[in-house]
Amino acid sequence: MRLAFNPWMAASAVLAVTALLFPLGAGEIPLAWFDLPGLSVFVLAFAAACAWLARGKIRGLPLGLILLGAVFIGGAAALYLLYRAGAGGEARLGFWLFVFALWAAAWCGLDAIAGFASLNRLAQRGVDLLVPLLFGCWLVFLWEAVTVGFGVPQVLLPSPSMIAVRLAGSLDILAADFHQTFVKAVISGFAIGCGSGFAAAILVDRVPFLKRGLLPLGNLVSALPIVGMAPIMVMWFGFDWQSKAAVVVIMTFFPMLVNTLTGLNAAGALERDLMRSYGAKYWQTLILLRLPAAMPFIFNALKINSTLAMIGAIVAEFFGTPIVGMGFRISTEVGRLNVDMVWAEIVMAALAGSAFYGAMALCERAVTFWHPSYRQRR
Amino acid sequence: MMPPSMQSDPVSESVAAAANRDRESVVRARDLSLTFETADGPVFALSGVDLEIDRGEFVSFIGPSGCGKTTLLRAIADLEQPTGGTLAVNGVPPREARLNRSYGYVFQAPALYPWRTIERNVTLPLEIMGMSANERRAKAGEYLDLVNLGGFEKKYPWQLSGGMQQRASIARALCFDPDLLLMDEPFGALDEIVRDHLNEQLLRLWAKTQKTVVFVTHSIPEAVFLSTKIVVMSPRPGRIIDVIPTDFPRDRTLDARESPEFLEIAHRVREGLRAGHSYDD
Amino acid sequence: MTIEADAGSAPVPGLVSRLFAGHLGPITVVVLAIVVIWYAGAVYMNAPRQIEVFNRAQTDWGAADLIEGTLAQDRPILPAPHQILVEMKKTIIDKKITSKRSLVFHAWVTLSSTLLGFVAGAVLGILLAVGIVHVGALEKSLMPWIISSQTIPILAIAPMVVVVLGAIGLKGLVPKAIISAYLCFFPVTIGMVKGLRSPDLLQMDLLRTYSASSWQTFWKLRWPASVPFLFTSLKVAVAISLVGAIVGELPTGAQGGLGARLLAGSYYGQTIQIWSALFTAAALAASLVALVGVIERLAVRAMGGRR
Repeated sequence: MRLAFNPWMAASAVLAVTALLFPLGAGEIPLAWFDLPGLSVFVLAFAAACAWLARGKIRGLPLGLILLGAVFIGGAAALYLLYRAGAGGEARLGFWLFVFALWAAAWCGLDAIAGFASLNRLAQRGVDLLVPLLFGCWLVFLWEAVTVGFGVPQVLLPSPSMIAVRLAGSLDILAADFHQTFVKAVISGFAIGCGSGFAAAILVDRVPFLKRGLLPLGNLVSALPIVGMAPIMVMWFGFDWQSKAAVVVIMTFFPMLVNTLTGLNAAGALERDLMRSYGAKYWQTLILLRLPAAMPFIFNALKINSTLAMIGAIVAEFFGTPIVGMGFRISTEVGRLNVDMVWAEIVMAALAGSAFYGAMALCERAVTFWHPSYRQRR
Repeated sequence: MMPPSMQSDPVSESVAAAANRDRESVVRARDLSLTFETADGPVFALSGVDLEIDRGEFVSFIGPSGCGKTTLLRAIADLEQPTGGTLAVNGVPPREARLNRSYGYVFQAPALYPWRTIERNVTLPLEIMGMSANERRAKAGEYLDLVNLGGFEKKYPWQLSGGMQQRASIARALCFDPDLLLMDEPFGALDEIVRDHLNEQLLRLWAKTQKTVVFVTHSIPEAVFLSTKIVVMSPRPGRIIDVIPTDFPRDRTLDARESPEFLEIAHRVREGLRAGHSYDD
Repeated sequence: MTIEADAGSAPVPGLVSRLFAGHLGPITVVVLAIVVIWYAGAVYMNAPRQIEVFNRAQTDWGAADLIEGTLAQDRPILPAPHQILVEMKKTIIDKKITSKRSLVFHAWVTLSSTLLGFVAGAVLGILLAVGIVHVGALEKSLMPWIISSQTIPILAIAPMVVVVLGAIGLKGLVPKAIISAYLCFFPVTIGMVKGLRSPDLLQMDLLRTYSASSWQTFWKLRWPASVPFLFTSLKVAVAISLVGAIVGELPTGAQGGLGARLLAGSYYGQTIQIWSALFTAAALAASLVALVGVIERLAVRAMGGRR
């Protein structure tokens, strides 16, 4: 199926060579490749290597690792051009062609690594983790190159390095915001919302009439813009975290209710008959059969709710808050056009959100290890 | 995959013992009928069923799909409510028999809980019945050995083959020592080679445990090979059209299927099924 | 056959029991119960302020006066449902559509960016899914990021997107639509990847025996097979798109849209206004989802489906 000759790598080689013909930067003293003979030699070597590899003699993982190594060095060279050689803000075609050459090579490298298949589960998992990680690194590099290379105004889109500096510089503010929004509002609201949704589902499940009435309504409510309740909650519960937690409670309650109700019906007919044949009582069937069978659904709700809870708490802070909190910080710093601080806050929110979600996913894996999507013959 | 079958016991003694026991009815049905109300009108799953099953018997219900054989078994297990006639299990109504835990039920599928190990699946009924943990473990070990699954206690059901899973579900049905074993096409989903093997094992198990077995199948050879009595059923309405006793020794082997007596009974079953079929054509 | 014929007269269940066996009866009862609880809550929550009002005016009051008063306040803590409906009638039917006070006007502002974002997000989501299904490296490198992008509270970026795009001259519809599109694409991508992968091995093998091209396989098998998945995710997407548009309106300085209406209401303590905006948003969400449902039914029928 796959051609032995790899056009992407050939393109990379051509792009790299072409790049040498064009100017690098257009500052007060225009920058050209011949000002930097060492780098020019490296780019030539890079192009030669790509051209040689394009013949397809080396493939798979080795090819990927060689290419990505080359791209890593090339990326470092590009950053050097931006920061030290003075191409920043004034980068010209020569620079961008070089970046495109790196792009083509990086894509080939990722493609080669992604195609790696091994019977060794550990190796396979390592590679499966490596690919998106490298892809992410590449995106960050591209972001840095574009923002710095074009000199994008900081108000529009700060570069990753600026965000990192700002992040490291305002850890105390970020920690206070995290404490206010995540620890106080999100965690408590999430616990109360999921807990009450679960308890309500268990109760409603005993009354089929209520269940038939509530299940469609619950599904409808999940489609409604519940975040809109935030101003009302702020009026009812005040400016502090309690009102945010209340929004989180409302947002998380219904997904939990609906999923648990659905999950409680998930046990198969045979499995129920089995319990009946033992003359099992209601709660025995509940604990031994129906709740375990409902676990995949319950964890689905927990995962959905983990992201909903973050959204609810942050958006609720747009409607009034004491002078601390992630949502508050985002809305005020946007007003002052301190976009790098906003991004630092977003990075933290993303980290917290992913960690929260990841924790739920890990618990799910541990509890529902038996589910077909996780099981593996041991 | 399949461990070697059990050493052959001195089964002939237990045969004699069983024959000497009182011939009391474990299941007694009189003019039993069961009608399902559906959107397309009533469906007569069972109609005018009279049946007597004695202690220690191995009775097979055979018939085409829709003949009510599974419904009859489920009625005995109090999983369906008859709409007419009388039904007694161990001399009491099915509901009481169920609450006395007097039968073990083996379904078409193993119905093992995937989140429990094999051992904990087998101890499930014992847990519900409130037995102590040590006793439970001892029982599970005993019955898993009986179905040749010793050593698989800590595995999860989905790590075993279909035949092994079904044997585990048989151990689960037996572990609380019910008098009666109800089996609803337990080997229907398995391939024929595994099925033959399990049939042989089931016969040994039956001889050893002295249970009364009611067995639903749509395989003629399986019914003839296993049973002491074959109940031939027919659909629309579900009813019994023939009851055929067989008198093979309890320690019969698969080779018995080539004997003339076997073929003769199989022929009679087939005739009965054909007679039932011509009814609605 | 004769047996079935004479037993055709199944007892016809009474109207009441039939109604209550379905969904309609239970839903009605539950909704009624919610309304009753709502009124009770409104009386309970608004009572303290009403008592204060009575005391200040030094009027005698009984229970009936109290209940009447609590359900007719100007800025109640919890407005009664009929107050909200009256306000909605006033702002939807009585006001001219062009008026800044008309909820129809605000709803249209929100709806237009919702729809624009929805269409853009859905198209992007479908394209991404097609790419992911056909290019192995794209799946391995992109899919984890698409999934983890959703663990980021995207709505938190909303004000920044609006302000930043405003700074470069993009105002009004587009920034909100971008937020909506960003929220939309995810469920569509995930659903479509699942849908495009839903044909089983046998069906794929069949097309292989015809040596069909991957283009043919896509149009003859993968695409039709993915339609049910597409509509399921479109329903989620359209609802979430509306949420995105509303939140996108919060930081714009409140010119138009249901979100602006919410914000204005919360500034001035106009609870009835907030609730009527919420009700309108809810109605809008429900009708959008229902609309997608209708289109789904038509599409499935056109494809000869059974549902």
